[in-house]
Amino acid sequence: MSYVALFFVAGVLLISLTIYVLTGGADYGGGVWDLFASGPRKFEQRQFIAHAIGPIWEADHVWLILIVVILFTGFPAAFSTIMTDLNIPLTLMLVGIVLRGTAFSFRSYGSSDARTDRRWSRLFGRASLVTPLLLGTTIGAIASGRMPESPHQLSDFVRPWATPFCASVGVFAVAMFAYLSATYAAYECEEPTLREDFRSHAIASAISTGVMAGVVLLLSVHGAPIIWRGLTNRIWTWPLFWMTAILALAALYALWRRQYRLARFCAAGEVTLILWGWAFAQFPYVVVPNLTIYNSSSSPATTYMLAGALMAGSLVLLPSYKYLLEMFKSNDAFLGNRSFHKSKDSTV
Amino acid sequence: MNHLLTARAQMGMSLAFHIVFACVGVAMPLLMAIAEWRYLRTGDEVYYTLARRWAIGTAIMFAVGAVSGTVLSFELGLLWPGFMKWAGGIIGMPFSLEGFAFFTEAIFFGIYMYGWNRISPRAHLAAGLVFALSGMASAVFVVIANSWMNTPVGFKLVDGKPVDIHPLAALTNPAALHETIHMTIAAYIATGFAVAGIHAFMLLRDRNNPFHKKALAIALAVGALAALAQPISGDFAAREVARLQPIKFAASEGLFESQRGAPLAIGGIPDVKTHRLLYAIDLPDLLSLMTYHDPHALVRGLDSFPQHDWPNPLIPVHLAFQVMVGAGFALTALGLWAGWLLFHDRTIYSSDWFLRALVAASPLGIIAVEAGWVVTELGRQPWIIYGVMRTAEAVTPMPGLAASFVLFTILYFFLAVVVAYLLWEQVIESPKKEEATAFAAASGR
Repeated sequence: MSYVALFFVAGVLLISLTIYVLTGGADYGGGVWDLFASGPRKFEQRQFIAHAIGPIWEADHVWLILIVVILFTGFPAAFSTIMTDLNIPLTLMLVGIVLRGTAFSFRSYGSSDARTDRRWSRLFGRASLVTPLLLGTTIGAIASGRMPESPHQLSDFVRPWATPFCASVGVFAVAMFAYLSATYAAYECEEPTLREDFRSHAIASAISTGVMAGVVLLLSVHGAPIIWRGLTNRIWTWPLFWMTAILALAALYALWRRQYRLARFCAAGEVTLILWGWAFAQFPYVVVPNLTIYNSSSSPATTYMLAGALMAGSLVLLPSYKYLLEMFKSNDAFLGNRSFHKSKDSTV
Repeated sequence: MNHLLTARAQMGMSLAFHIVFACVGVAMPLLMAIAEWRYLRTGDEVYYTLARRWAIGTAIMFAVGAVSGTVLSFELGLLWPGFMKWAGGIIGMPFSLEGFAFFTEAIFFGIYMYGWNRISPRAHLAAGLVFALSGMASAVFVVIANSWMNTPVGFKLVDGKPVDIHPLAALTNPAALHETIHMTIAAYIATGFAVAGIHAFMLLRDRNNPFHKKALAIALAVGALAALAQPISGDFAAREVARLQPIKFAASEGLFESQRGAPLAIGGIPDVKTHRLLYAIDLPDLLSLMTYHDPHALVRGLDSFPQHDWPNPLIPVHLAFQVMVGAGFALTALGLWAGWLLFHDRTIYSSDWFLRALVAASPLGIIAVEAGWVVTELGRQPWIIYGVMRTAEAVTPMPGLAASFVLFTILYFFLAVVVAYLLWEQVIESPKKEEATAFAAASGR
């Protein structure tokens, strides 16, 4: 068969994951900052975050559903193995997804008192912390190469992901999402003192992301040997490392110099390269070490149809998504003012 | 409970929970768009308030629908990896299209909910219509995926594996048409009557409130029109099921014995041991007549099939079928009553008894939807892919599924209570004139 359609589907999968991390990931990061809001303006911080993610989180979240659908349509054998072996972390992640989304909506639309709001807020924040932790753990497990082919006893369902490497990927995901969120908020926020809060959050989480990147890399030597070899032995290894490092330092520098637009660009680029570094190091495996994009894919007819559907769907989806983001994320004074001084009536 | 039954229970519970929110996601955007359109046409601010107030409830329901739908997309693999490995490449097509439709829905949901002050009134109404259409489209696609499980086509079976796959044929499988029509109409009935019942309840307490009058009129118009169309689609669906899945048909009608001039059984409890339907009222020849338009036609009963291919458990299939048909016809009758009132009194608000009936009937549409899915899903058992793969072959090897079943049951129960409370909070306060003015002022209109 022609590999063009297969590569296209795999490419769309990677791009969808990237967009999910850059948008949906930042929404989780917003929840993390809701949980860790501190200082004299913590109420305003929470309010700003709520307003920033309110209109978009549901659309951002659909990228995850799209990833699941592409995975089971394009690579059903890989989907089946992931869902079987990683049943436990994925089930817990779903609980996190449900609680995060509903707690946020209940807080936004319920006409309740401050104490109830705080309760939903705490639930929203905790779920936003735990969900990416489990998402990262899952991705770590997919990369580790410890997934049994025919698991049957309970330990077979624990061993693939209960490792220091998987845990470190989980923490890495949290740090990365918090970093994206704080950097976006620093860019979008117009109120100077609040912006400084987000700036310091962004700098702290940028450093944590860098540290965690190092930890994950070191643990991958034993935790995910195929990824480690892929990351260190390929022709693109050093350019990729340098590019990622340059973007990371540039983001930090831009945050330091208060050049928020540049900071946002560099942070998003850094995260994209991290994801793509992992994906290319893992290529051609979908699930290490047995399932590749070749042996886990659907029939050629399905792959072609899926590629066609993805292309056609993008024609509808991408302009609409862009319209949504521009409507709520463009930074003119009118929207900036409105987005800060919100009341419950004008948001709904 | 054994392993398979636990997995089925978790899937069933998740579906039963999600379907309520999915129906609201399909129909509420239409109700809001109608209210907003009436506002643009008449300039009556009560309509504007109505659209905004409905939007709050819809936003809560939509969020729960989005996350419970995510749970389902994962549960397909978490509970039925054998099925997804086998069929993912075939039913992936409708699911991919559903993914895009739902994406569009989520995007325009955001624009609609938060864009009141940011785009022109016409653009906002258009966003509402796209929201409504994409909601309907995502329901249609996901039901197509389900219909394939009932009438699997688009592949050849070689050594137990599917080859020569035609995704388009799978997309246009024989059960797709009747299932999608029946479910889409059902979503408008369930939501329309649920909303109408709530506003009828408030009208009984406050007879001249213009807000609840207009709300009732719109919700009832949508619900009643759909309820008048549903018997036709139901008749079509039943005849298709008789043709395509005779076992499911026999189980839902409670027909054990193949016979000419088969009677239509009203009520009754199937007795699996004696192979008889107990305590039923039989209307002679009617089942043959309705199914084949011939009172002497042969209708195949359960006895034409080996007992290990019967739905297990069998009893709920017939009971749920009766509940669905009964609830559906009750709503059709209410639709006719509304029409008669409109014709005779020129108003639907005059009769206390009508309003009380609406309150009582408020949950019937949702009950009918739940019962209908019990018929579809339990009626397909013991197959996950009808005639091709048994549900037992598809289930995950993961031990201890009871834990996740209990976890999700508690979680969903908690959410149901909270949602009910929040909606009640929204409903109980009749908006006053001041609120309409405040909304209008906030929007700069």
